[in-house]
Amino acid sequence: MAEMDTSGGGGHKKGPGVKKAKKLSTRVDLTPMVDLGFLLITFFIFTTTMSQPTAMKLFLPKDTEKPEEQNKLKESGALTVLLGGNNTVFFYEGMLSPDGANFKSSNYKEIRNEIMNKKRSTDPKDFMVVIKPSPESTYKNTVDLLDEMTINDVKRYAMVDISDPELQLVKASEGGAGK
Amino acid sequence: MPKVKVPRKSTSIDMTAMCDVAFLLLSFFILTTKFKPAEALAVVTPKSVSTTVAEQKDVVLITLDKDGKVYFSVSDDNTAEKAEIIDAVAQARGIALTDAEKNAFKRSASFVGVPFSQLKSYLQLSPDQLKNFNSPGIPVTDTLNNELQVWMRAAAGAYQGSKMNLLVKGDNGAKYPSFKGVIDAFKKNEIFKFQMITDPEGVPAGSELYRIRNSAPAAPEGQ
Repeated sequence: MAEMDTSGGGGHKKGPGVKKAKKLSTRVDLTPMVDLGFLLITFFIFTTTMSQPTAMKLFLPKDTEKPEEQNKLKESGALTVLLGGNNTVFFYEGMLSPDGANFKSSNYKEIRNEIMNKKRSTDPKDFMVVIKPSPESTYKNTVDLLDEMTINDVKRYAMVDISDPELQLVKASEGGAGK
Repeated sequence: MPKVKVPRKSTSIDMTAMCDVAFLLLSFFILTTKFKPAEALAVVTPKSVSTTVAEQKDVVLITLDKDGKVYFSVSDDNTAEKAEIIDAVAQARGIALTDAEKNAFKRSASFVGVPFSQLKSYLQLSPDQLKNFNSPGIPVTDTLNNELQVWMRAAAGAYQGSKMNLLVKGDNGAKYPSFKGVIDAFKKNEIFKFQMITDPEGVPAGSELYRIRNSAPAAPEGQ
């Protein structure tokens, strides 16, 4: 393919006085060129960024002062997830009992089961997850939990500020819960 | 018995085909490669199962670094918007900026991470000085003096009538209060829609979303 036809041509210069030109091979050793090619390929493979960053959409609710405009939430259908520092997660169902008896600890692996359990056992109309990140939790924790909502196909969820009694409980349990 | 003559074959192979393949691959990689832009801020984004590709155009980017510092930047091709934003901000806070200082904001890949009290001196820095400048971040955690709110109002005004892609790029280690401050600044300006930049991650097998995506490939994406 890459060889040129060198035999033809030059047929008109025939005669006693004309010296025959020496035929040179046009074959070139391509090995160094291949080497160079593959070297560059390796370079570009390593420097290329294949995975593009993705974006996660989040819609915020409007803050309303009027109670009649606020979304009503059935107590039985709510699952509140509290994010503590050091990657700790706590949750409770419904309302927090005054003595904190239904306040349970979990971790980022098991919280999915808790969400699924709650989702199965409640009416889809009433099911809602409330996410309350504490000041100690990180951005990653928040995004993980929001992602968990997508993974578990939770249609209604909200991010709410943590209240004082909850914060106290989270702080008190953080030490013992570990990860 | 006469010996069977084995014809001696040359060991040199025709490299042409291999060369063709090598350069074909090379040209493919050269054309598809996109160099990572040199980022002034090292931010490690969290992972999510989201598959939407982050927008590249008309972007207003809020960056949260690992210490929770907040930075504001606008994509480079929106110079008109950039000019409007810096004008609006200067006017809102009564900061007298010279044209040179405004141009510093319009410079490509510029980002702001200083309180308004330092804005003027920050914009006077040369690009070389900027490399060593340790930005304190835009103050957001104080609810009464959330300066990002002013920036967002200016941005919303500048992008009026055109699409603004509001992106939040946060580091894994950023603490929640600064993220909350950012959200508050959005809410105060009636911006309820934004996107968070994440790294792609596989959907865990057996989960609800896994079932949804596998049963209906053309299903609409979850928020």
